Amino acid sequence: MLTIHNLKVRVDGKTILNGLDLEVRPGEVHAIMGPNGSGKSTLANVIAGRDGYEVTSGTITYQGRDLLGLAPEERARQGVFLAFQYPVEIPGVANVYLLKEALNAVRTSRGESELDAMDFLKRVREKLQLLEMKEEFLYRSVNEGFSGGEKKRNEIFQMAILEPKLAILDETDSGLDIDALKVVANGINALRSPDRGIVLVTHYQRLLDYVVPDHVHVLAGGQVVRSGNRSLAVELEERGYGWIENHAADAVRAEAG
Amino acid sequence: MSRSAAATEAYLAAHQALASMLPAAGTPWLDHRRSSARDQFRELGFPTLRDEQWKYTNVRSIIRQAFTLPPAESGWMDKGQVDAAAVPGMDTYRLVFADGILVPQLSRCDDLPKGVTVTGLADMLRTDPGRLEGELGELLGEPTHGFNAMNSAFVCDGAFVEIGPGVVVDRPIELLFISATGGEGRLALPRNLVLLRAGSQATLHERYVSASPARCLTSAVSEVLIEDDAKLHLERLQEESERSFHIGGLFAEVGRNACFTTNAVTLGGALVRNDLVVNLNEEGAEARLNGLYVVGGRQHVDNHTQVFHNSPRTTSHERYKGILNGHARAVFRGHIRVQPDAQQTDAVQNNHNLLLSPDAEVDTMPQLEIYADDVKCAHGASVGQLDKDAIFYLRSRGVAEAEARHMLTRGFMADVLDELEPLPLRQYLQHRIDRLMSAAREAT
Ligand SMILES: Nc1ncnc2c1ncn2[C@@H]1O[C@H](COP(=O)(O)OP(=O)(O)OP(=O)(O)O)[C@@H](O)[C@H]1O
Ligand SMILES: [Mg+2]
Repeated sequence: MLTIHNLKVRVDGKTILNGLDLEVRPGEVHAIMGPNGSGKSTLANVIAGRDGYEVTSGTITYQGRDLLGLAPEERARQGVFLAFQYPVEIPGVANVYLLKEALNAVRTSRGESELDAMDFLKRVREKLQLLEMKEEFLYRSVNEGFSGGEKKRNEIFQMAILEPKLAILDETDSGLDIDALKVVANGINALRSPDRGIVLVTHYQRLLDYVVPDHVHVLAGGQVVRSGNRSLAVELEERGYGWIENHAADAVRAEAG
Repeated sequence: MSRSAAATEAYLAAHQALASMLPAAGTPWLDHRRSSARDQFRELGFPTLRDEQWKYTNVRSIIRQAFTLPPAESGWMDKGQVDAAAVPGMDTYRLVFADGILVPQLSRCDDLPKGVTVTGLADMLRTDPGRLEGELGELLGEPTHGFNAMNSAFVCDGAFVEIGPGVVVDRPIELLFISATGGEGRLALPRNLVLLRAGSQATLHERYVSASPARCLTSAVSEVLIEDDAKLHLERLQEESERSFHIGGLFAEVGRNACFTTNAVTLGGALVRNDLVVNLNEEGAEARLNGLYVVGGRQHVDNHTQVFHNSPRTTSHERYKGILNGHARAVFRGHIRVQPDAQQTDAVQNNHNLLLSPDAEVDTMPQLEIYADDVKCAHGASVGQLDKDAIFYLRSRGVAEAEARHMLTRGFMADVLDELEPLPLRQYLQHRIDRLMSAAREAT
């Protein structure tokens, strides 16, 4: 459902992604790992359509369409969802209001009718329960004054409501306590289905114990330098990135020479 | 002669011609007050940019033209305009004024609770001037600029509101000032006196709207006394036409454990200046002062606030927010003064501005002057644009860009709007503002 081919991205004139390839098929869960600053969030943001990233070459195809030509809201309506590494605080806009606008925008573009107030509230309550969140969160301003962990949980709550086809979760596990991690993992697993793709950006093996990925990729030097299964994550946890980066550097040198 | 002096002279001449016909002329104390205000007006003249308090607000466009008071009996009686201005779903006691002069036929105050007086100031001056002698002009004190002095020199009509001790008024009292009811060049000089006796509670709406797009000048003065343990919620809404000029002054005094909440909303007017002076005179006095201006085109709005903490344990929380479109210009000057014995003062002042256009401009000047040592004071000011990250966040959830901007703009002002009482007024304003904002979007 998502095919990224030879993606090169510059930020402020600096090349961050340098020929990245990735293929996500429906039903799959992919984990992307990699050192700080390696471009994981850059990749997530480019998929979601954030400004300020210059795609200098390559393609992103989503459900057979060119994703890069679409506005961010259009991507969201087609089922792309990004859980932010740093969710944004929006004073004065109630969580429930955003959910309603977002859900209606997504439904309308799918040709479905807007949910009536009763059905909407029912769905919202159900997902609150799934993520063990109090109802008062609905009426607070989006992320304003939320703790780090609450913000992350709120991202997954939004995802649960919107039921995207392709979810990119950027370090949703960072900053979560152990119990919250289980709850969030539950929320992610609940979304797993044969027609959905999930990409987890993470630094820790821990999340992957709960949400077991089909594929694990390591991003370094702007490329996927290694792909494997779960055991790659375990290995990384033990050995760090050093050994892979060395391999990658060797590969680049070999290519240059 | 300077332009300012020439304009002053013109109004002084009008005053001379009208003095004997003003309401209750011949009442010695009133004559005296009017004539000393006239002398102060002559001395002060109209403010110029050299005046520190008017540095960013040029009144040249106002004094270029001679505005004239309406005839004593204008006969204007357009019920349709009053109905159009009414806030849906809100029942009020109401006084209606046409260019500052009471229109009894359109007013609706017959079933007021016991102990409450809501009537025209001119009527009061004619029938019971003694009741006003100790109060009128007391809180304004020495006028600090020509507009207030001019209002005092003429004192013709406005509202007199008195809430007796311990009385809680069940509905908002609405003072609806309709300007431009008689063509170009009208002058309205509303003068309001509001007295909340000890332990009383009321909500008051001071509203300014236009009957037509004719260019008019309103120069209003309201004096508000809130005695011990009383609570007043005063909403001031400026929705006059985009060609109108409005100078409004509010002078309040708050007693022991009394609470004064006021929200000044400016949507209309070519040039609007609001002065707010609050004296927290007794222990436990509290003021919650909010403002919201949503302006565009070439509108100019200037809010000047002064809060005096004159006694210990007094509180003032002030929050003004502005949204500017087009070439609009806003000025905010907030002055808080904590007097030496006003220990344990709690004062917060904020002014935040959202520029939705590169051509809009804001000058904001918060100012704290603290002479006591055991106080909690804070102030902040900002001028900024919509948060790009927030726009992207909303778009990434499927919200269209224009809608995202709209949501954020609404969110920006939500906390101030939420202060307005009662709910139907909030909804009415939200709706008005939504329409202004979409008109501004279409204009660009
Ligand atoms: N707007 C920007 N301006 C300048 N540099 C940027 C910008 N955005 C990203 N970068 C740079 O691009 C590189 C990749 O950043 P990115 O956020 O994608 O890393 P990451 O892999 O997500 O790291 P982390 O694990 O710390 O979240 C970093 O060196 C970062 O400083
Ligand atoms: Mg990152």
